[in-house]
Amino acid sequence: MKDWKYWVAEQRGTLFAFATFVVMFTIYVSNHPAGFTANVVQTAANKGVLLAFVAMAQALVVITAGIDLSVGMIFILTNCLASWIVVGTPLETALGIVGVLLAGLACGAVNGLIVIYGRLQPIVTTIATGAIYFGIALLLRPFPGGSVNEDLADFLTGKIWGVIPVSLVALVVVVLVVWVPFSRSVMGRAAYATGSSEAAAYMSAMPIRRAKFLTYTLAGLLAGIGGLFLTFFTYTGEAALASGNAYTLFSIAAVVLGGISLYGGTGSAIGAVFGALAFRAIGDLLFVFDLDPLWQPLFQGVVLLIAVSLGAFGLLRVRNKLDWFT
Amino acid sequence: MSEISPMGRQEAGRQGLWRRIDPAVATAFGCIVLLLLLGSLYSSNFLHLDYLLLQLKVASFLGVIATGAMLVILLGQIDLSAPWTITTGAMMSCAAAAYGPAGVALAIPFGILCGVLIGIVNGIGVAYLRIPAMIITLATNAVAQGLMVVYTGGFSPQDEATEAMRYIATGFLIPGVPNAVLVWLVVGAGAVFLLTRTSFGRAVYGIGNSERAAYLSGIDTRRILVIAFAITGGLAAFGGVLLAGYSSKAAQSMGDVYLLPAIAAVVLGGTSILGGRGSYLGTVAGAILITLLQSILSVMQIPEAGRQVIYGIVIVIMLLLYGRAPASR
Amino acid sequence: MSRAGPLFRMEGVSKRYGGVRALDGAELTVNAGQIHGILGENGAGKSTLIKIMSGVVEPDEGQMVLDGKEIAFASPAAANDAGIVCVFQELSLIPHLSVADNIVISNPPKRFGMIDRKKQRAIAEEALARAGAADIHPLALVKDLPLSRRQMVEIAKALARKPRILILDEATSALTASDVSKVFDVLKRLREEGLALLYISHRMHEIAELADVCTVFRNGSNVASFATGTKSGNEIVELMIGREYKNVFPPKTPPVPSERPPVVECRRLGWADQLKDISISVRAGEVVGLGGLDGQGQRELLLALFGVLRGLNGEVLVGGKPVRIGSPRQAKRDEIGMALIPEDRKTEGLLLPMSVRDNLSFAALDHVSHGGVIDGAAEKSRIDKMIRLLAIKTAGTDIPAGALSGGNQQKIVIAKWLMNQPRIILLNDPTRGIDVGTKQEIYQLLRKLADEGAAIIFYSTDYDELIGCCDRVLVMYDGGIRRELAGEEITEHALIASALNVEERGAGQAEVAGA
Repeated sequence: MKDWKYWVAEQRGTLFAFATFVVMFTIYVSNHPAGFTANVVQTAANKGVLLAFVAMAQALVVITAGIDLSVGMIFILTNCLASWIVVGTPLETALGIVGVLLAGLACGAVNGLIVIYGRLQPIVTTIATGAIYFGIALLLRPFPGGSVNEDLADFLTGKIWGVIPVSLVALVVVVLVVWVPFSRSVMGRAAYATGSSEAAAYMSAMPIRRAKFLTYTLAGLLAGIGGLFLTFFTYTGEAALASGNAYTLFSIAAVVLGGISLYGGTGSAIGAVFGALAFRAIGDLLFVFDLDPLWQPLFQGVVLLIAVSLGAFGLLRVRNKLDWFT
Repeated sequence: MSEISPMGRQEAGRQGLWRRIDPAVATAFGCIVLLLLLGSLYSSNFLHLDYLLLQLKVASFLGVIATGAMLVILLGQIDLSAPWTITTGAMMSCAAAAYGPAGVALAIPFGILCGVLIGIVNGIGVAYLRIPAMIITLATNAVAQGLMVVYTGGFSPQDEATEAMRYIATGFLIPGVPNAVLVWLVVGAGAVFLLTRTSFGRAVYGIGNSERAAYLSGIDTRRILVIAFAITGGLAAFGGVLLAGYSSKAAQSMGDVYLLPAIAAVVLGGTSILGGRGSYLGTVAGAILITLLQSILSVMQIPEAGRQVIYGIVIVIMLLLYGRAPASR
Repeated sequence: MSRAGPLFRMEGVSKRYGGVRALDGAELTVNAGQIHGILGENGAGKSTLIKIMSGVVEPDEGQMVLDGKEIAFASPAAANDAGIVCVFQELSLIPHLSVADNIVISNPPKRFGMIDRKKQRAIAEEALARAGAADIHPLALVKDLPLSRRQMVEIAKALARKPRILILDEATSALTASDVSKVFDVLKRLREEGLALLYISHRMHEIAELADVCTVFRNGSNVASFATGTKSGNEIVELMIGREYKNVFPPKTPPVPSERPPVVECRRLGWADQLKDISISVRAGEVVGLGGLDGQGQRELLLALFGVLRGLNGEVLVGGKPVRIGSPRQAKRDEIGMALIPEDRKTEGLLLPMSVRDNLSFAALDHVSHGGVIDGAAEKSRIDKMIRLLAIKTAGTDIPAGALSGGNQQKIVIAKWLMNQPRIILLNDPTRGIDVGTKQEIYQLLRKLADEGAAIIFYSTDYDELIGCCDRVLVMYDGGIRRELAGEEITEHALIASALNVEERGAGQAEVAGA
């Protein structure tokens, strides 16, 4: 009986994110003119899934007490790449998809190499690599354009059995195939350990550097999957700077809403997924309440500000002021 | 058993002037010279006085913003709210101009004040709520953006910059010398004074080295952090005011293109990203270097895409040379 | 239960760190089915001994013999494989992972490349049961457990590695009394099962209860091994003391008359569970030492006085008036006039990359500036005075503080505070890791400052210093003042005895207190 209590304690953040999402989505759907229909769910899912992928990428890196400010740019880059190569015959399309995923993986690996083996700070490194990735995206698509295998796109943005959005299914599949094995592997445990206490992890001879490298690489992969889906939804590739920046920012919001501590060591990518979906739902609330869409950026910004400030409550318990300083 | 380590003896051995020159700053200036020479191979215009003064003018805008960025980086923090603080400064100063003669007169201070307020929020978040700087500044950036979007209705604002704004950005108080450069000179002199001759400046370097040791030495580290972020916000907003003066109006997302260059200018000038080390001269060199780089790339007609890539690569390489963390054990 | 030959032997083992001999021809015999207690004061070589046995460092000379065969360990992992496992005092657990995760951390059971959680849990439950901690749930997160439970998890983690020799280094320091008795039952049971246990502790009563055999270390070598109970507490203390060198201390001045009002006092000071009901008072001209074992609250007391701790109970008075000191900034103000020379000069006392000048004036910026602007001339003259006063050897004031030797660095830390002319000076183990010559200079300086009217409180782990420098010594134990020694009463014997909780009843008659 007591086992589930511990499971709850460990998954606190994720469960809270799930609850937030359910609440927000319920409010959204009940105020939507069309109500709780399959179409409404499908549109919401398609938009939410994009952020969910990028949020998962960010979650992985944040767990190791790092940060990746280039995820939005990897997202854009893979989108532009996909608009070139994910076309044609089924074989060509399949190869194109593999190419896009490899590109995402490569971007993540570059981040990882520089941060870990170059021993540079993640913030500045990923701002700089983000510029590089954006530049490449701009090279690929100076102007919006391109296309994508339409049959595949229609399928992936549609519904199964007229009800379940395929994008959600894809999300679940990615979580099962990428996140679950990683989180249960020795590398995954080392990633958590590094974020929790790098010193103790070192003393226990855990593979810290390899785990961190794997984290950044997988983050690139996940952001790449997001970019791929963006292509399926928009049928084009566009090197939109504002969009890339927004996704980076929102991925951090999603991570914080998802119960993942920015100091690392705790939380789950699944929480980030719910955080992303909740964040999207919050944003869409303005729409259903007939509020001017002009207020959306401000609203989202304030939500982010409140979310990151919540952690300050822990400070009340500090008894030795030297603990303020790492 | 000697009292001074080999490192100390080495330092002491570099006599007089040589001892004062930071190798990073020297390298940055060296790169400037190199770029000019390379550029002159492409076109002899690169060494004309007119061109150089123009570059200095453009560098001034970046320089003012980078001054603020340097202050925060010296503390071991970072300010990612520069983009929309710049834009807010620009838009709000132009907006004030629409409120009659009082508005026109107060336009510039008002714009700067908006930036200071954003900076104070950042400072309180970092110092009192102990929120990591990168996160809180990303959040305030988003809020500032939200506010500006609401204010402008999503369109480019129609307000015009005031005479004063246009004068400080494009005028010529001294014949031949662009006013913007003079402004940068004044801001820079103020920054150098603050950093090297005041107890505030000493405390900034101390906190950047170790907030813990600074606290135990009786420094009010929290207050200093808030003040520093406030100054940075004010400088970013002032940069926006200058930019608005330059183009006679403000524009959406005008600040976005200054974030990376500002941080790059600071880091390339030898200021450690970890804090506690760096001289303003380096930031000056960094700002000029970045501006030259941008200018040369555009003259060579390298598309924006290529510029971004080269940017990012240059920064990573310079960081690998200067900013690496020590190998553990 | 003894066997034909010893399980493990260490012979002629030596280890040097720079000029210091941590171990000097040390030897040790460990038998299976026995609990072997190890005693010795700080610096006697116990921790180096453990590090060599558990593979953390390699000896310079000597050999180790396990099961009759000579052996050397290249790493802690190698020592573990050979069956030697150590339970450290400093916890090595990952806070955000569960108890089970932590227990198997170096070698989790795997299935298809993923960690097998069921098997992991089974291993954890077995280890916890063996450690007598079956009440700890394997899925609990370590950070949610109190310190005493975490120590039990450490013990379980060690047992999960199936050791043949288990080393416990001050492993009971964090445990509650009932935990301690449970752990003792577990250790006794392990002894019956044939394990060899090495138990390092300062607590005499624990050794008396637990150990079959005792070894006393002094100055890096084994000075005596005997069966427990064959020597009295007093005799053991005698074995532990005795030094090779004697520091030279400045002559002590006559004690300060007790009518003189105290400069700094605290009454019934309490904090968290590390300071309990402390009342002390220090007069101008006194050098008061804080003694006792490591971690009994000495550091916390100094931090509490300096305004760094939150949630203090009780009162602090300066110059007879109650004060609320909320931060070091307030503490250093002229009205209060306190200074703290902190524990770790490299991370808390100095800004290593900054210049000697910047470091020296760092705590006194208010005194060398007008309206925020630094007066260069005033700063320079004050700094030059300090450098002369403390005889700081530096090639110039512009070189980084990190370039100076340890002794000179510490002088800078002290000078930095003297710039403010404080009347209350707190020092946290100021001569740790410093050469003999500089130490003497610091002792002279402290005496001089006291004679000029400062009140000095001085925590040291070096008994010589406490005897040589202090007018009074307050020996702390478990967050409280255990005993106060004044003048002639301050002897090494008295210091160690009160630190170890051995009560003295006249010469030659000693009993182990508590139990």
